[in-house]
Amino acid sequence: MIDLALKNVSKRFGGLLAVDKLDVEVPKGKILSLIGPNGAGKTTVFNMITGVYPPSEGTISYQGKKLNNLRSNRIIRHGIARTFQNIRLFKSMTVLENVQVGMHCRTKSGAFRALLNTPFAIREEKEIIEKSMETLEFLGLADHHNEYASNLAYGDQRRLEIARAVATRPEMLLLDEPAAGMNPSETAELMDLILKLRDTGLTIFLVEHDMRLVMGISEMVVVLDHGHKIAQGEPKEIQQNEKVIEAYLGTKVKAKA
Amino acid sequence: MDTSSFLVQQLINALFLGSIYALIALGYTMVYGIIELINFAHGELFTAGAFIGLIVLAALQKYGFVQTHFVLTLFLVFGMAMAYVGVLGVAIEHVAYKPLRNASRLAAILSALGMSIFLSNGMMLSQGVSDRAYPALFGLKGITIIGARITYGQVFIIILSLLLMVALNMFVNWTKLGKAMRATAQNQVMARMLGINIDRTIRVTFIIGPALGAAAGVMVGMYYGSVRFDMGFIYMIKAFAAAILGGIGSIPGAVLGGMIIGGVEVAWSAFLPSAWKDVTTFIVLILVLYFKPSGILGEDVSETRV
Repeated sequence: MIDLALKNVSKRFGGLLAVDKLDVEVPKGKILSLIGPNGAGKTTVFNMITGVYPPSEGTISYQGKKLNNLRSNRIIRHGIARTFQNIRLFKSMTVLENVQVGMHCRTKSGAFRALLNTPFAIREEKEIIEKSMETLEFLGLADHHNEYASNLAYGDQRRLEIARAVATRPEMLLLDEPAAGMNPSETAELMDLILKLRDTGLTIFLVEHDMRLVMGISEMVVVLDHGHKIAQGEPKEIQQNEKVIEAYLGTKVKAKA
Repeated sequence: MDTSSFLVQQLINALFLGSIYALIALGYTMVYGIIELINFAHGELFTAGAFIGLIVLAALQKYGFVQTHFVLTLFLVFGMAMAYVGVLGVAIEHVAYKPLRNASRLAAILSALGMSIFLSNGMMLSQGVSDRAYPALFGLKGITIIGARITYGQVFIIILSLLLMVALNMFVNWTKLGKAMRATAQNQVMARMLGINIDRTIRVTFIIGPALGAAAGVMVGMYYGSVRFDMGFIYMIKAFAAAILGGIGSIPGAVLGGMIIGGVEVAWSAFLPSAWKDVTTFIVLILVLYFKPSGILGEDVSETRV
């Protein structure tokens, strides 16, 4: 079953065509990776899906519902959460508070009730704390719940970003370069975590440069180059695809050698 | 009056003035924190609060309500002033700032200055150019601590302002909306991504900040016994200095800055020629900014936002 479908999606920034007639289908409960050299338009795709800006052409639909002109705060309610390439934690809030903010989009008490602190709102807030702690437990951050986000180690900050996204109780998680800046053991832990999240039923849509991670856990890989889709398939097929090697992997191998 | 009672008296004065500056500075700092705009109309919102308080108080006095229901009178005067100015704050945000949210910073600042002039002139036309007397609510009765005289009015004002600050602190730290507000201030794009309604959060900020300013306006009117359409200017300047001094965008910073500015001003007037008291405010400000440009509790704002 297809969860998220991009049909013929393009994005123009002035004269620059960042994404060109892209078709991507993300199947439910799977891990799909979007790869490509820098500037290929990967983050632009994420930004369009999450309503940072609308696509210039084409349609984005999620479980049959069109997302095109929805703003980010509506899209999250459809069950799509994301993290960013650069860490965007609320730094002067505690770890627990960061997760609580994520959870708030699912709670019922509106502005007025929260302002008046009605018994209902208080009870709900209590539940939020419990559930936030469960989420932190799952992500292995429970011990740090009272620390300021800015004081966490880098790997933990990355994990907190994921925890906060998970706290919105999404059905699909978009991860934008979650392994950026991580050392190999942190990356290995991250791979386990992503698989664990997938096993809870989440659909994972991943943008990543770390090929070990991408090839290790993806069920499907889509390759972008200069805004075009140049290949799509299972990791093995992608690794042998001439076009991909030429555009992307090839240069990487050379650079390493 | 001996030295110790003189000192206690000055301490009370400093606490009073500091609380007023702190309440006004909170409005600046909250609005700046959330949309990075100096709301130059804030001084006029403070004055508007004082006038609404005056109007409500005068009406209640006319019907003899003040003598029979004293506590309710206080509640009504502050409540009505804060509610009215809160609504005014949201209206200003909607008309003058929201359309410019994606325009250059300068455009919004000019719009704020325009709003300030508009409101100031509006109050001049509707309330007149001369001083308007504030009905004395508390009289001169009071208590004596170590020889220093504190009127009940002063006690009430200091306690009320402290309560408002504690309530704000609880709201911002413990409620869902308060957390949404802090999240929005720290990273707007991310906050929206997590389902926070940014427009609503900004509106709430524009209710709370101006409402606190309005409360300060009523306090100043009650304490000094008169209000005038342009009285907001000097308070605006001082509170602005307090917000910058404490670190603009920081709520505890605004309170601290307000207390410091109030304290310095009172100390100067107590021992040195009081004509220079306004100058000292800015000397302190310049000194602090020279050594710590982000203010005492200010954070580094170089962080990228988009």
